[in-house]
Amino acid sequence: MKTYDIVIVGGGPAGLAAAVAAREAGNDSILILERDHELGGILNQCIHNGFGLHTFKEELTGPEYAYRFIKQVLDLGIEYRLNTMVMDIASDKTVTAMNSEDGMFRIPAKAVILAMGCRERPRGALNIPGYRPAGIFSAGTAQRLVNIEGYMPGREVVILGSGDIGLIMARRMTLEGARVKVVAELMPYSGGLKRNIVQCLNDYGIPLKLSHTVVDIEGRDHISAVTIAEVGPGKKPIPGTEERYTCDTLLLSCGLIPENELSRSAGVQMSPVTSGPVVNESLETNIPGVFACGNVLHVHDLVDYVSEEAKRAGQNAVKYISGGCKDAESSEVIELVATEGARYTVPGTINRERMDDLLTVRFRVGDVYKNSFVSVYFDDERVVHNEKRILAPGEMEQIILQKKKLLEYPNLKKITVKIEKE
Amino acid sequence: METRELTCIGCPMGCQLTVTLDGGEVTEVKGNTCAKGDIYARKEVVNPTRIVTSTIKIKGGDKERVSVKTANDIPKSKIFEVMKDIDAAEATAPARIGDVLIKNVAGTGVDVIATRNIEAV
Repeated sequence: MKTYDIVIVGGGPAGLAAAVAAREAGNDSILILERDHELGGILNQCIHNGFGLHTFKEELTGPEYAYRFIKQVLDLGIEYRLNTMVMDIASDKTVTAMNSEDGMFRIPAKAVILAMGCRERPRGALNIPGYRPAGIFSAGTAQRLVNIEGYMPGREVVILGSGDIGLIMARRMTLEGARVKVVAELMPYSGGLKRNIVQCLNDYGIPLKLSHTVVDIEGRDHISAVTIAEVGPGKKPIPGTEERYTCDTLLLSCGLIPENELSRSAGVQMSPVTSGPVVNESLETNIPGVFACGNVLHVHDLVDYVSEEAKRAGQNAVKYISGGCKDAESSEVIELVATEGARYTVPGTINRERMDDLLTVRFRVGDVYKNSFVSVYFDDERVVHNEKRILAPGEMEQIILQKKKLLEYPNLKKITVKIEKE
Repeated sequence: METRELTCIGCPMGCQLTVTLDGGEVTEVKGNTCAKGDIYARKEVVNPTRIVTSTIKIKGGDKERVSVKTANDIPKSKIFEVMKDIDAAEATAPARIGDVLIKNVAGTGVDVIATRNIEAV
């Protein structure tokens, strides 16, 4: 088996953009490993439009957006292996993978880019009472069945969770003739984009019940009905609020979890908040030369941001190989802290010597905040105070740090991001 | 005089808009916090349009379905008529992104085009 400088694990939007950027930065020894039979990742089944407004200034569908990057990978002659499963990443950056043509093989890479994406939270992680019959799907599974395979999972649908994939599937199944009876959301707000609530639910008269959850599932072999109830304090169902819906399908759209089994076994330090790696300003993990980008790092709501982030990971991997990513003196490392409403930041640390002139720091809030401020403190001094009419957990936020501003604070140890009322 | 309730899609605020119409003309938009809401409401009550995306059955290709979209916005009221034509259509491989698979769908004057490449096998 040939050896490569850079091995990219995953051929979805993150892996593709990282590969293109690494090639354009001058490296021509790149391999993408993809477990599916085609490049493009989850975008291939996201046939709705709305992708690429930031990157291409037009509204593309998922497959079109993916193809923009696939074409660049092909045109640049970047190598990739399909139907290939990465089994292990060692801390010395040896990647072990297998497929039915090459068998098991090892690549001692100089840099590894983690771009494995995420998966949906399954029923087993949701603690829904009731029987375990057929007819219960994650929203993404239903999306694959309808859009790729051309099968309808059912005709009478209830959806638990108001994540974007669930909302998109409510519309998709309605268009294909199914009756979507209700979307129940445990939280008092939706995790999906406002545009999707209006154009996927309101357009078709599908009710969204906030602070509601499924309390019973009926059906021995196949699901026949669910009961939903309102929840009160502590997310406990309120007796007397139960409503029964007959259905043949229950879709679950209850959040996404970065897929980091490989990262963990490699010894990558993980964030308990994002379930993704902790990275520095270069998107590098605690293992030098191992980078992470896209939904494996933290779950994004726009693919445009994934592409932008992955581009930086690709560029930094090339920089690392050419010796331009020196290990930081610990005195130069600034810690980023998210608190008081801000749940996490990516990156988690900044080496100011290595940072670009402008650094985008992304974060999410833990609740809905109206008429509040996003504040950034350099140690104890407030340096950013941006008023925001609304902040919501479903929408990723960002602040941009300037290197020259950081250099004005030579003793800076800690940058804090928080949400303030005034 | 007629009033219509809408939720603005401009940002996560989701302002509840009240639009007043007089003889089909918008006379007032209330409830918006910024100009986006006003623009959205005026378009949405007078001439709501949508892009429709779906899939079409394809013969002789490396996949069973080809994803498609309307090349432009179509009137919101025509969504289900457009879907009827899309469901009845069948394409033949190969297909390239942008290929017209249905001309003038449901009499809207808009074509339905492929959004992914399907190779002939």
